[in-house]
Amino acid sequence: MSDMKMAAQAAGLFATYDVPDFFCELLNRKDIPPPGLQQVRDRLARFDLAELRRRAAAVEAQFYRLGITFTVYSDREAIDRVLPFDVIPRVLTAPEWDHVERGVQQRVRAINLFLHDIYHERRILRDGVIPAQLVLGNANYCQAMVGLDVPGGVYVHINGTDLVRDRDGRFLVLEDNARTPSGVSYVLEDRQMMLRLMPDLASGLDLRPVDEYGPRLHRALAEVAPAGVDDPQVVLLSPGIYNAAYFEHVFLAREMGIPLVEGRDLTVEDGRVYMRTVAGLRPVHSIYRRLNDDFLDPQVFNPDSLLGVPGLVDAYRRGNVTLANAIGTGVADDKAVYAYMPRIIRYYLDEEPILTNVETHICAEPEGLAYTLANLEHLVVKPVGESGGYGLLIGPHATQAELEDFRGRLRADPANYISQPVISLSVSPTLCPAGVEARHVDLRPFAVTGRETWVLPGGLSRVALRKGSLVVNSSQGGGAKDTWVLAS
Amino acid sequence: MTQVSVFPTPVLPGLRNLLSRYAESTMWLARYMERIENMARLIEVTGTSVHASNLDAGWDSVIRINADEDTFFLRHKVATERTVVGFYITDPDNPDSIVSMARCVRENARVLRPLISTEMWMHLNMFTRWAMDLGPDDVGAGYLSTLCTRLKQDCQTHFGITEGTLYRDQAWLFYLLGKNLERADQITRLIDIKYHTLLPSGEGVGSDIDMSQWTSVLRSAAAYHAFRRVLPEGMTPANIVGFLLKNDGFPRSLSTSLRCVYSVLGSLAGEYRLRHCGPILERVEELRVTLAEQTVEDIILRGLHEYMDWIQRELRLIQNEIAGAFWPPVAVQAVSGG
Repeated sequence: MSDMKMAAQAAGLFATYDVPDFFCELLNRKDIPPPGLQQVRDRLARFDLAELRRRAAAVEAQFYRLGITFTVYSDREAIDRVLPFDVIPRVLTAPEWDHVERGVQQRVRAINLFLHDIYHERRILRDGVIPAQLVLGNANYCQAMVGLDVPGGVYVHINGTDLVRDRDGRFLVLEDNARTPSGVSYVLEDRQMMLRLMPDLASGLDLRPVDEYGPRLHRALAEVAPAGVDDPQVVLLSPGIYNAAYFEHVFLAREMGIPLVEGRDLTVEDGRVYMRTVAGLRPVHSIYRRLNDDFLDPQVFNPDSLLGVPGLVDAYRRGNVTLANAIGTGVADDKAVYAYMPRIIRYYLDEEPILTNVETHICAEPEGLAYTLANLEHLVVKPVGESGGYGLLIGPHATQAELEDFRGRLRADPANYISQPVISLSVSPTLCPAGVEARHVDLRPFAVTGRETWVLPGGLSRVALRKGSLVVNSSQGGGAKDTWVLAS
Repeated sequence: MTQVSVFPTPVLPGLRNLLSRYAESTMWLARYMERIENMARLIEVTGTSVHASNLDAGWDSVIRINADEDTFFLRHKVATERTVVGFYITDPDNPDSIVSMARCVRENARVLRPLISTEMWMHLNMFTRWAMDLGPDDVGAGYLSTLCTRLKQDCQTHFGITEGTLYRDQAWLFYLLGKNLERADQITRLIDIKYHTLLPSGEGVGSDIDMSQWTSVLRSAAAYHAFRRVLPEGMTPANIVGFLLKNDGFPRSLSTSLRCVYSVLGSLAGEYRLRHCGPILERVEELRVTLAEQTVEDIILRGLHEYMDWIQRELRLIQNEIAGAFWPPVAVQAVSGG
């Protein structure tokens, strides 16, 4: 707190900043901030609120002109909205980033070994580390992947790990996104915008750059192309211009210098994939697909889908094309499997997890159930079954009757539930209608895996713009912040 | 210093081959922008050249130039300024209205977003958002000229930005194809409608009303001052038709548009080794030869309308052949490719 008070006394912009009892990314940290971070604080503190608002308006106008939008589907039509962007950056120190980076790399390594195992020998199931039914009965488990070898053993080429920080500033994994994580385009665009419209804030700071992402991703996708192709053609497969993430697809295709294709641009002949060009059919070797498994190939999955490519899975199984991410990776980012991730890491790597999960109690296990029942009023209980998503209990907000009702459900079907303590997410100063206020943030670092795993320095910091809200999703009024990683 | 190659590599390493869908979208983006500009020009000229005594006279010519008699009169009883302007600017159900065309431009621009320059996209993004939102309040009699001026300016800004920033590869060539095919089409429509339907019965060729209509045609084609420069004394129908069809210096003449189409197809065949260009080149060349070999007097004598009609049919065939060669229907290509 004293740290915060000093900063507040120092200055204008933060004079009214009232940090509740949370870890604050900028003003209320547990450590002695490095000079770079202190510099950002001081410079921000000297900003006049009116000037900051002027810059924010300029940023928004620029995003609008650029059409950097996501699509919100209302009843009648799709509306393009600009993702709200906060001009006060979130800053990570070099040691913090080092920890996150190593933790993410470790997690990706474990996830890839796990996926290979469950589609081949299934050692982890035989050894009873994770219940077989949880994996084999999982809706995302894909029979077409059984026994198939993917280049380099890489299933998850692009991974987004959702992290939060607790009251002590510890990073905790909230969720893995091993299917088609999105948001990386905002990281790069937001940085461009910050450097252009807030140049005085970043000037002279040693920030880790983010513009390597496109070339790194391209290289990784070329590295995992089928063997024997000298100069692989990589493409990005998008559902098309009406998809909510279309802007990101365009952005990534441009950053990589590759064609952005839709299903109708591709065709499969004799088990090989081609794209239709003005010069005729041209071979395609590696596909960064931003299309869910179900839509990839109407011959194998949803027969009504027009988005995919008939025969694509056959070409994939024959080893003639690489899909990134592989099919069937959804097993690894499932809520129920998440609970086992620390054990999965220990099992395959014989290492302790660098990034820990939010403390999770597996009700399928007797001690997990007992703990959950005894502490229900302090816990969030989540259903993990295939139909998961609803039936969440937030203990501290529940009535006695609701708690009692839930105890009944837990006893009736314990395997369907996990429980976690309520996390006090960290906050970051954010420009709000009433001034600069504390808002909760999370962090999604992006990892790219070809022959090795590279993590984009920083990642997407999402911010819950509503006061007190813990929901950072863009569809629910969340915004983004630029994430700065100090190089030293 | 870097060495300047005599034959610079004409393609990006990652985008050696232009997707068929991109080529199609590029062509239509250019066509729609050209069409919007032409529509704005036509409406503005019609609005300023109608008789002071009857503000609603002359508006039916806009419908006839666009061959929209059927669809228009299904919706409106008479062609007045209000009904015609509404139909061609703000009617979202008319595919030829400016709001509809702006929507098409936007969709094509979104498809082409990976290919076009940021400057192009920013301008198209803002322009199409504005144009798609045009409503009855924006097209009142007092604002019509201002609105048309803004539309024309936005189109010309687009063409300027494109000329200055679009990477010169196959996509650029398909863009030029679309723009020039559209120009060729528009100029023949404009001449055709004037020559055969505008002149009220009882008025002779060369009368005052005839000449003022020819002046409007020139203005609609942005050719008035250029024509004056070249033929200051020769304001005759034959001279005007000749200028619009055959003048090689005027950027919107038929001969200039066809020359550009021809050279673009030649580049696609030569620099980019695209097969299938041969028959289309031949068709364009035949058009150019017949145009060059005949005098305007010959053309008028044999029937200007029939000639314009033939040219328009040929332009449609060229468009179809381009589509068949470069973005063939999926089933056909699946058989022939491989």
